[in-house]
Amino acid sequence: MTAPTTSREHMTLSLDMEQLIRERVDELAAERVTKIVDDKIAEAMKKDPAKQKVAIIASKGTLDMAYPPLILATAAAAMDMEVEIFFTFYGLDIIKKGQADRLKVAPIANPAMPVPMPNIIGMLPGMTPLASWMMKSLYFGKHNVATVGELLDQCKDLGVKLIACQMTMDVLGYKREELLDEVEVAGAATFLAFASQAHTTLFV
Amino acid sequence: MTTQLHVDHFIDAKGMMCPMPIITLKKMWKDVAPGQIVAIAATDQGARRDIPTWAEATGNRLLETNEEQGVLTFYLQKTA
Repeated sequence: MTAPTTSREHMTLSLDMEQLIRERVDELAAERVTKIVDDKIAEAMKKDPAKQKVAIIASKGTLDMAYPPLILATAAAAMDMEVEIFFTFYGLDIIKKGQADRLKVAPIANPAMPVPMPNIIGMLPGMTPLASWMMKSLYFGKHNVATVGELLDQCKDLGVKLIACQMTMDVLGYKREELLDEVEVAGAATFLAFASQAHTTLFV
Repeated sequence: MTTQLHVDHFIDAKGMMCPMPIITLKKMWKDVAPGQIVAIAATDQGARRDIPTWAEATGNRLLETNEEQGVLTFYLQKTA
């Protein structure tokens, strides 16, 4: 026989019960709200237009440094991203008509060349064309990497916007007609207006 | 290969280096009807990660991947 419970015990029991229920309900609510918020954030991030934009500055005109902006730009465009490349300073040489496949790489002060060359030899006449030929034929060519000219053609096909920096064109003496026809000419503000809407902004 | 897929288009990207396999995919994608399956064969080892990433980024489905004697073949379905 169990002893009959008093009304006081009943009260304590129901209070404990209520407390437990409250805690559990709070826990479940917190879990549910967190899930809803996480989903909404993920959904919003998917729709974020800045995720789909890439702004690249190409500031160098050597064979090796022409590749990264063009490879990244064409890859991004292939991934349905909107891409702009702003060519400034020596980068202008990349978009000079007929120049793409004449870009060179200097062996001097470049300890990372596949065949390292002492600077005293690298400074001799003919060494820069030799190193450029080696890079084009023996390395990129042999491995079937697209040429700079081919990558520029892909940029055009894929709708990558190529922008030439007006100020450096003036300073370095590039005329509009010397640059590829598909190039637009603009200033820093134009690049920044686009870059400020792009999560991926690269300086090469 | 575990299943037999009906392939609508085949891209031979063997010998192509980054980023040409995904550029080739992107360019031919407009000729692919929704639901169709495209197989792309590549030897660029970077494609191992890049093609699945391309599929995810463009909202398409990677159905299957297989590798035979250094040739990677990806089966993609147009879902976007």
